[in-house]
Amino acid sequence: MAYTEEELKKELETKEYEYGFYTDIESETFPNGLNEEIVIAISKKKGEPEWMTLWRLEAFKYWKEMVEPEWANVHYEKPDFQAISYYSAPKKADPNKTLDDVDPELLEMYKKLGISVDEQKKLQNVAVDIVMDSVSVATTFKKTLAEKGIIFCSISEAIKEHPELVKKYIGSVVPQRDNFYAALNSAVFSDGSFCYIPKGVRCPMELSTYFRINQAGTGQFERTLVIADEDSYVSYLEGCTAPSRDENQLHAAVVELIALDGAEIKYSTVQNWFPGNKEGKGGVYNFVTKRALCEKNAKVSWTQVETGSAVTWKYPSCILKGDNSIGEFYSIAVTNNYQQADTGTKMVHIGKNTKSTIISKGISAGKSQNSYRGLVQVNSRAEGARNFSQCDSLLMGNECGAHTFPYIEAKNKSAMIEHEATTSKIGEDQIFYCNQRGIDTEKAIALIVNGFSKEVLNKLPMEFAVEAQKLLEISLEGSVG
Amino acid sequence: MDLKDKLISSFMAFENNVDVEHPVHDVRMAAIKNFEEKGFPSKKEEAWKYTSLNSIQKIDFSIFPKKENALEYKDVKRYFIHEIDTYKIVFVDGIYSSYLSETTHDGVDICLMSAALTKPMYKPVIDVYFNKVASKDESLTSLNTAFSREGAYIYIPKNKMPKKPIEILHFSTGNEASLLLQPRNLIVVEENAEVQIIERHQSLTSNEVLTNAVTEIFAAKSAIVDFYKIQNDVESASLIDNTYIDQKDKSLVKVHTFSFGGKLTRNNLNFYQNGEYIDSTMKGVTILGEKQHVDHHTLVHHIEPNCESHQDYKGIYGDASTGVFNGKIIVDKIAQKTNAFQQNNNILISDKASINTKPQLEIFADDVKCSHGCTIGQLDEDALFYLQSRGIPQKEARALLMYAFANNVLSSVRIPELKIRINKLIAEKLGVNLGFDL
Repeated sequence: MAYTEEELKKELETKEYEYGFYTDIESETFPNGLNEEIVIAISKKKGEPEWMTLWRLEAFKYWKEMVEPEWANVHYEKPDFQAISYYSAPKKADPNKTLDDVDPELLEMYKKLGISVDEQKKLQNVAVDIVMDSVSVATTFKKTLAEKGIIFCSISEAIKEHPELVKKYIGSVVPQRDNFYAALNSAVFSDGSFCYIPKGVRCPMELSTYFRINQAGTGQFERTLVIADEDSYVSYLEGCTAPSRDENQLHAAVVELIALDGAEIKYSTVQNWFPGNKEGKGGVYNFVTKRALCEKNAKVSWTQVETGSAVTWKYPSCILKGDNSIGEFYSIAVTNNYQQADTGTKMVHIGKNTKSTIISKGISAGKSQNSYRGLVQVNSRAEGARNFSQCDSLLMGNECGAHTFPYIEAKNKSAMIEHEATTSKIGEDQIFYCNQRGIDTEKAIALIVNGFSKEVLNKLPMEFAVEAQKLLEISLEGSVG
Repeated sequence: MDLKDKLISSFMAFENNVDVEHPVHDVRMAAIKNFEEKGFPSKKEEAWKYTSLNSIQKIDFSIFPKKENALEYKDVKRYFIHEIDTYKIVFVDGIYSSYLSETTHDGVDICLMSAALTKPMYKPVIDVYFNKVASKDESLTSLNTAFSREGAYIYIPKNKMPKKPIEILHFSTGNEASLLLQPRNLIVVEENAEVQIIERHQSLTSNEVLTNAVTEIFAAKSAIVDFYKIQNDVESASLIDNTYIDQKDKSLVKVHTFSFGGKLTRNNLNFYQNGEYIDSTMKGVTILGEKQHVDHHTLVHHIEPNCESHQDYKGIYGDASTGVFNGKIIVDKIAQKTNAFQQNNNILISDKASINTKPQLEIFADDVKCSHGCTIGQLDEDALFYLQSRGIPQKEARALLMYAFANNVLSSVRIPELKIRINKLIAEKLGVNLGFDL
């Protein structure tokens, strides 16, 4: 493999940034506010062709007419969209980092997450497309991928290099006018990842993007487009961290997956944006639209571990359009302190013999609120549709809340739908059993939580699973009273 | 003039016929104001997402029936549980029919809301209970409150139990081309008392009827209330049933809803557990055909610790019928040791039928056991084959399986004659004669 020590070093250097602290990179930042000129300026800045500019403007037009959604079970101070700067690009790719500025608490956490140099080496099979403050600064493994005909680049590059693909698919799953945040993202998205797997190709490695928010007061508007052509396979990883900040930051991403006939996409996310401190101050607002389109015999699997963000609003969905297509959703959402999460999924069965599985595990601690909101829809022509949903909630402490809002709509008599939900706390006898065998309460909780989330953790790629497991432990630290 | 305007303007006419000096009238005034502000709920509202009242609002309902209609007992006998002796409160086109009714004041009060709202002797009870648990915010409940004048009034004092079950029947005779009925019931069951109530709305012709009913039930400490709702109305009758139940310590309230007919049926069933060791049970069987629509909205609010709630709703949907189930359980922060269970099973037997279900848990306490389960499926082909291989024709075999499916709910009906009646209704609905009682 064309992967040298040097490259690894370089990767590690940049990788350290994924655990956020503010780095003093000279950024080119647009003035705050949003209007048509800003949209045009963003487009121009990125040297986009005219059709893209028009597409953005169309989205902006829709956005102006829309109102912010309020149906989610979350309460937060609405972001002022005119007080946000919509573009910021680092001028230098090599920043001088100063660890002294970092909140020692955060540092401690990263240490605990333990992505040591040794472990990094194990991760060498991961291609990283680092998105730092909206512009890709480094891409590795490009050549290896290129040999297979796989395109893995930033979306701005793709707009220039592969306009025919982007033009065909962008907005085809999440249209500009889909919802408030999707429209906003469509108008102002700064960068993101683009991935195309050609016919019959099995992507040899896990593709991975690391996001981070850097510049103060800049919203992050990522746009991801993954296209798996007929009979191809790809596993895509997305991981996020963000620096500690007092003001709330907005993150409104759009992810579109297209699985053509017989293709399979596995999309895994570990989300660890800054959740705000113990008093519930600061933290990231995460309003994401993720949707996948499955053609005939295609399969899309969403796996997510959510531990961060002050407010999360996220529903990775599958449109099961083709016959025999399969959609899966595995999720763990952990909320602690004052975090609020309203997440879930939508499975829309359109094709015949479509199958979907939903496993959602919610863990709430502290004063947090954790909601599952899901939709299973079986259209009248979806003969033989099958769905199984399970959403379990674990409550820790008596000041948190767990909520479920599952919508089930069946219009075909051959549909088989099962839905189960439970809410409970960690059994005192379970903890007692562990204590009895010399495992202290904190460890016991971690053990039980791990067991509770195992069904989902198992679905993550190996490296991610290790990281996610640690993340769970850290997120719940000190939540046991 | 649309229905809302018509209702608001008829409120003035209504005022001419009631005592506006009575304190209850202030409650009515506040309610009409709320209705005027909110109007009929639209599909944009989360609670009405799957049920549209648009077509109903286009009908020109007459709000005050013109005259009393005499009905012969033999013509309507089949709508009563006539096999057993019961107290009866019967209304014909919204007006009390003393001829068909059998009320009592012997130890318990089983009589009329119109009497309770006007006679001074009932004032203490009205002051304490009237419109106390019913929502002051929900527009259709407010509409009923504004026009509240008639309905059933049941008061069971401490340690009493009426000698026989109570039947509340509402007949509409089709005297008016289209009729709006708004019965208002108040049921107060004092400490350690017990009551069994059967309620039915029946339209006798195919003229349009809309019933917007509100029932308030108060179950005091250790009280037991058994409430059965039979909804098997004709294709032109719509029902919006709002039931509010306030429970105190150790009380036990069971509500069974049997929905077999009607154009549009909406059941809003709300339980508020204001005490400890309370048990709330709601069960339902829904069997629909044609273009019928039934919407079950349940709410159980666990306010205090150590309470239980059980929900079990079964639905069988045929033809182009649509069903909705929305079950909400709220567990407050202090309501520790709550056990809340919810089960909703549905069978779709036709291509055009559809079901929308939304079980919902909102939990703020940690030491709780809450679960909900929901399934949508078909009859088991293997079981069907088994029965057929033993000589049972397909139609009967299917019916047997559907009986079995609904049996969990039927088994908790405590009046045997009622259970037989419901079995007969189910057989009728499924178009079979099994030749034996189940």
